[in-house]
Amino acid sequence: MSILLNNSPILILALPLLAAFLIPLIGRINKKTVGIFSALVLAISLVFTILLAVKVITVGPQIYVFGAKSSGLTLPSGLNVPIRIMFQVDAMGIFMGLITATVSFLGAIYSLAFIKKTEGMDNFYSLLLLLTVGMFGMEFTGDLFNFFVFLEIASIASVALIAYRGIDFGEPAEAGFKYMVVSSISALVVLFAIGILYGEYDLLNIAALANVIKYSQLDKIALALLLPVLAMKSGAVPMHMWTPDAYSEAPAPITMILVAASQASLYALFRIVFSLYNVNSNTLAAGWIIIIFGVLSMFIGVTMAIVQKDIKRLMAYHAVSQTGYMLLGVGVGLAVLSNPVALKEYGITSLEGGIFHIMNHAMYKGLLFLTAGALFFRTGTRNLNKMGGLAHSMKYTTIFFIIGAAAIAGLPPFNGFASKLLIYESVYKFNPLLSIIAMVVSILTLASFVKVFHSAFLGPKLPQFNDVQEVPQSMILSMAILSCVIIFFGLFPDLIVKNLVHPAVMALVEQVKYTGTVLGGM
Amino acid sequence: MIDNLPYIAVAFFVAFGIYTLMFKKNLIKIAIGVCLIENGVNLFLITLGYRKGAVAPIYTMAPSGQNMVLPTPQALTLTSIVIGIATTALILSVAMMIYKHYGTLDTDEVRRLRG
Amino acid sequence: MKEMSKIVKTVANFVYGFILIYGFYIIVHGHLTPGGGFQGGAVTASAFALILVSYGSVNSKKFLKKDIFSLFESFGLTLFILLAFSGLGITFFYNFLANYGSWFGDAAVIGVNPGNMNTGGLIPLMNMAVGLEVLSALGVIVLIMAKGAEFTRKKENS
Repeated sequence: MSILLNNSPILILALPLLAAFLIPLIGRINKKTVGIFSALVLAISLVFTILLAVKVITVGPQIYVFGAKSSGLTLPSGLNVPIRIMFQVDAMGIFMGLITATVSFLGAIYSLAFIKKTEGMDNFYSLLLLLTVGMFGMEFTGDLFNFFVFLEIASIASVALIAYRGIDFGEPAEAGFKYMVVSSISALVVLFAIGILYGEYDLLNIAALANVIKYSQLDKIALALLLPVLAMKSGAVPMHMWTPDAYSEAPAPITMILVAASQASLYALFRIVFSLYNVNSNTLAAGWIIIIFGVLSMFIGVTMAIVQKDIKRLMAYHAVSQTGYMLLGVGVGLAVLSNPVALKEYGITSLEGGIFHIMNHAMYKGLLFLTAGALFFRTGTRNLNKMGGLAHSMKYTTIFFIIGAAAIAGLPPFNGFASKLLIYESVYKFNPLLSIIAMVVSILTLASFVKVFHSAFLGPKLPQFNDVQEVPQSMILSMAILSCVIIFFGLFPDLIVKNLVHPAVMALVEQVKYTGTVLGGM
Repeated sequence: MIDNLPYIAVAFFVAFGIYTLMFKKNLIKIAIGVCLIENGVNLFLITLGYRKGAVAPIYTMAPSGQNMVLPTPQALTLTSIVIGIATTALILSVAMMIYKHYGTLDTDEVRRLRG
Repeated sequence: MKEMSKIVKTVANFVYGFILIYGFYIIVHGHLTPGGGFQGGAVTASAFALILVSYGSVNSKKFLKKDIFSLFESFGLTLFILLAFSGLGITFFYNFLANYGSWFGDAAVIGVNPGNMNTGGLIPLMNMAVGLEVLSALGVIVLIMAKGAEFTRKKENS
């Protein structure tokens, strides 16, 4: 058992990868077992992620070097810099890993009932497993070029999944084309910036690079290229144009996993700004740029969401707006990074708020997209004007929707309130105007979800929906698990912040711990 | 000046690729634009490894006593070319799907998702 | 797509075998000379594209079957990841065959040398797995795009 636990950073990725390659062979024998097989493999990955999280938080960051004589041997005999590809899992990486493992497992369970046509089913599950592998790789890796490869794996798999329904309809193909062009361009610009850093320092390992980096003119160009492009992959305004199309045309469980994939790009942005550059760069300027992206996303996202008629497009604009909260929280933390007094007073709190919001957003936005998928599964339409009175027949879906809508609006016993309160309090001490904008956006979020609840669920029962029943068991199971997590996080936020979020924030802020783990010392 | 010629070629490739992406209306031409930017970035990566007066980094039957260019950027570029093939194949397949539904490849007529 | 004239078909018949052999040579010698899995696989797939273009997509369906290519692609991928798993006793991707004395196990020669094919350990095996996968995957892509061309001509003629 302990040999499995020592190798767990790579087993979390390699088992879904092996399953993704075996699924076409299994699909030739029996088509029905493909879904259950992939859900089983993702459950094993979830168990390993939880075990690795316990180990990382109690013991310390874990390193796994590929192909070396032992898994911790970063500097082979006589060399000063690490030369092999390695995975470096610290508290922030395993935090994002927990989100990815939960969301993919629940997505696979939901798809058991949601995907009805059996012709392309082994392609669907194979691509879902590849998308999961790509996301895990982005979050665990300690090497810049390895990050680029996993970013491309995740983008290519998600484009094929967005265009999955494009065989019968035309709009998913158009959404897939837009997303493919946007993600190609952003990955190529990331590769260009990696090339600039490699040409200057001859190193690709993040920890080794963080040790020797100086803030020269070329490094400023690399940072200026990386910051907007990684924000573009996460859906920040003014680069958010692909988000409503891609999120609304994908099948509902895939949208949930895509939200987690956008957050993996957000994690990469934070890792580069905090662990690679840290106080060597001009943190005030970089922080203010991230804050401007955040405030624009919050405001434009929610105002575009209020006027939408399509339920999933509305939720996609809300995803843009909530990404703005995360950028605002972390941007404030970055802006005061060089100022130790302000950092201790409100910087750490705002970082905690921003990073806690990442996990909360994945949970409640996932639940909302799954309920929208349940509505589409039974009624066949996504237009809010055509729906009405569904609370009579779909009782469980109504309850889950109420929980999700209350969580996103920031009402007290659910988890949105905890992270939003942390952000409001700390951002107010930095600059009061930003906090007031955040509170106004929260009120508008509540308004638009009241509108959705009224159009879809309340009202008299419509005659064309007479034979609509509740959705199948596996879909209810995944929505119920997410609701339980939301209520648990809302009732005991202190437990989560102290054990998961605070170690993640300290792992980001202290660059010395990140480099010391690799270059010998800790 | 002659040493900087590959970098000037990289700038031309990326500039032409961005021009094609922004101003052309046919879906296949947009795919060619993405291909051009990718070629520019690959050329940039290879040029980073060059050292003056060195030979190719192969040990089998190499001339002795000479410097070799850096082999790591060549591995990075190879990976990037493989990813580029997957990207191009996927963009062209999605363009084929759009043609099957709408009968045209003009972006002005294919836009159904607005707002 | 329509088939081409008799001259093209005769030359394609003659050249097809040479292209296949050249592609396999690049795959197998990947640890000594430039080349390796992906490059050799791409060269071999161009042989399939040659048959498809010169004989037309309808005639070449008897010769190049999509199901067999898909099967070989899965085999190649599974072989690659199983080879990576086999070193798991020490670390993932560990090269346990290098310097061991048996299969591909001679000691690697540092410096300028005329090239010994028996070196390298796991690397030539992984090259072959990747080469098999790439030639099948590119064959599947080319065949499916040719089928799309047939569909378009049917639609334009009707």
